[in-house]
Amino acid sequence: MSKEVHPFEKYLRGGMIPHIWCEGCGNGIILNCFVHAIDDLKMNTDKIVVVSGIGCIGRLSGYTNTDSYHTTHGRAIAFATGVKLANPGLTVVVISGDGDLFAIGGNHFIHAARRNVDIKVICANNFNYGMTGGQYGPTTPLNAWTTTTPYGNIEHPFNLVHLAAASGAVYVARWTTLHVRRLVESIKKMLQKEGFAFIEVITPCPEIYGRRNKMATGTEMMNWFKNASDIQNNSDPAKAEISSERIVLGEFIDIEKPTYDHLLRDMISKVQKKIEGSEQE
Amino acid sequence: MPMRMWRKPLDTEKVKVAQGEVHIIKSRCKGCNFCIEFCPKEMLETSEEFNERGVHPPKVKDKSVCALCSFCEAVCPDFAIYSVQKECKDGC
Amino acid sequence: MAQKDRTVLTGKHFMEGDVACAEGAIAAGCRFFAGYPITPATEVAERMAQRLPEVGGIYVQMEDEISSLAAVIGASYAGAKAMTATSGPGFSLMQENIGLAVITETPCVIVNVMRGGPSTGQPTKPAQQDVMQAKWGSHGDYEIIALAPNSVQEMFDLTIEAFNLSEIYRVPVIVLGDEIVGHMWERVTIPSKEAIKIVNRKKPQVPPEKYAPFKPDKDLVPPMATFGQGYHFYATGLTHDETGRPRTDSAEAQRKLVQRLCDKIRKNEDKIVKVDRVMLEDADVAVVSYGVTSRAALSAVRKARQEGIKAGLLRIVTVWPFPDKYVAKIAKQVKALVVPEMNYGQLVREVERAAKETPVKFLPKLGEEPHKPIEILDALRRVHK
Repeated sequence: MSKEVHPFEKYLRGGMIPHIWCEGCGNGIILNCFVHAIDDLKMNTDKIVVVSGIGCIGRLSGYTNTDSYHTTHGRAIAFATGVKLANPGLTVVVISGDGDLFAIGGNHFIHAARRNVDIKVICANNFNYGMTGGQYGPTTPLNAWTTTTPYGNIEHPFNLVHLAAASGAVYVARWTTLHVRRLVESIKKMLQKEGFAFIEVITPCPEIYGRRNKMATGTEMMNWFKNASDIQNNSDPAKAEISSERIVLGEFIDIEKPTYDHLLRDMISKVQKKIEGSEQE
Repeated sequence: MPMRMWRKPLDTEKVKVAQGEVHIIKSRCKGCNFCIEFCPKEMLETSEEFNERGVHPPKVKDKSVCALCSFCEAVCPDFAIYSVQKECKDGC
Repeated sequence: MAQKDRTVLTGKHFMEGDVACAEGAIAAGCRFFAGYPITPATEVAERMAQRLPEVGGIYVQMEDEISSLAAVIGASYAGAKAMTATSGPGFSLMQENIGLAVITETPCVIVNVMRGGPSTGQPTKPAQQDVMQAKWGSHGDYEIIALAPNSVQEMFDLTIEAFNLSEIYRVPVIVLGDEIVGHMWERVTIPSKEAIKIVNRKKPQVPPEKYAPFKPDKDLVPPMATFGQGYHFYATGLTHDETGRPRTDSAEAQRKLVQRLCDKIRKNEDKIVKVDRVMLEDADVAVVSYGVTSRAALSAVRKARQEGIKAGLLRIVTVWPFPDKYVAKIAKQVKALVVPEMNYGQLVREVERAAKETPVKFLPKLGEEPHKPIEILDALRRVHK
């Protein structure tokens, strides 16, 4: 009997698979698409740093066979900023959750986007805080049932792609874990683009979110994605709704803007030239 | 549903549909059913056997129809299934 | 044309304390500063913003102190010597990430120029009210190193020392200044570049396949790999084993890790702790003091000697780990210890603990005025009787 070896085995950290994610959880698909993109691009994994925060998706950095760091809650983007500025030769990818990036980490997200720091951010949006048992978060739909909204959620959720675009991100896209081909292509695009790039990936959390909101299995949630998805490339991210009837997907923003790194290096080199110049006088 | 053509394409003899072979790492399967649910050829089904975690991994229903789309491989969250190109036997 | 080396501004200067601290950092090799303005530490940031580009370093002003320390940790893992500077309110915000730096054994320097607290307090007035927080501020069991400069020259020298200690022990080191030492101007002598001793973190001696990122050497400190060099290592804030893998399940892993992180400092105390012993050989009363207060203490001790009182001064430079042995030793020798602090009782508790039966007279001071030498002298006179 031949030993089955998955084609992406070399991108996975030895001894860590099977991962901790539930049956039907989409986080594994995000991991799969991420390593698929790296494989397609034949990237040198020595130069990739994966940073994640706290949450189920936060465990992802432990599963990739790369330099990885698992930060405190919400601070993955700030940490990633430090890494990228100190060594611009690295490709720094932040893969974290809706709560980690947009509740506690919201401030760091908008500022990194504003500065256009050259980091790549993938958000696993499963509409709740799964790791802690299913509390509501900034992307939980109105009226949803979670353990801390037992009478239905009374808060309006964020539109993440709108937030990212408004903050200044140069690449903004939204896909679901069903749209694996497009997600891989988006990740590839993001890895090759300079500047703050953001992909929202809608992912099933059947065990905790879905089960309490009439979608008890992964396949039910994925079928919701299948039936409600509406790909509208280049449409206005402000209108990119997510509801039971319609999930607007696509690439919303793809622009060019000087990155923080470039502006920083330019400034440093100008300062140093000035010193050299004054030395010559 | 197979494509209906009003005439036969000139290169039908030359162009072959890819042929794939699905491999399943049964111990990794968590039973999410994504591969079974979304295979465009509907060639996978739940098996009767159990793996170590008490789950029925998928099994190939009809191995002749696999077109190597690799969707099962891409949509599996657990790296438990992948497809490879079938070994070429007759001048393909 | 050779580029002018602006890393060490060798020579005699008249400088502000915060500025001297920034210069010390640059002289020590710091090339990354992430911070947020806060009185009375803003001048450190301003100086770094101006000077770091001159030496090819990076200044980034983050959106708050939380992200400042997070960015510092990230830069350190990417190979840079990194620092931030703040005061009480910002220091409080940084506590969670200090814990992260401790458990991922990240070399970094945090300057806390202490001001009146709690909360917003008195931003422009000095205090020594964050001393306990420097040791106990983050949750969990851990040890850090904290140094207390008492002059502008020490703001320069001890910042270099802080970087060296952080690199040797892979631990965050806190420079505990205060508003007086931070904002006053004094003479600073900056030595030549060659005269400044710089220590760098240990690098792995094994190839990536054999590297375990948290496997310690005999000194209890693991060699540190840098991102981007092929080590593919994983560092997490979760309790982990020597390979870096999370071990949230194992009591053994928790015990091993927490004990080593603490023992790393405790067992190396003799190499870390620094004190100044002034006129202590024949003393029968002594002042135990640190930071800005020690300046008045020195003056008081000298005046006491003129009056015939055999007084001495134990000036603590390394506040944490606390110099237990030095305090215990002098306590056995003297009638009483006098501890002046610009707070309502912090390091004095450590002194009392180490001094055991020896009486300790505590002189608190709250508000902008530091102790006057006469106040400490009076206390010496009284305990001497």
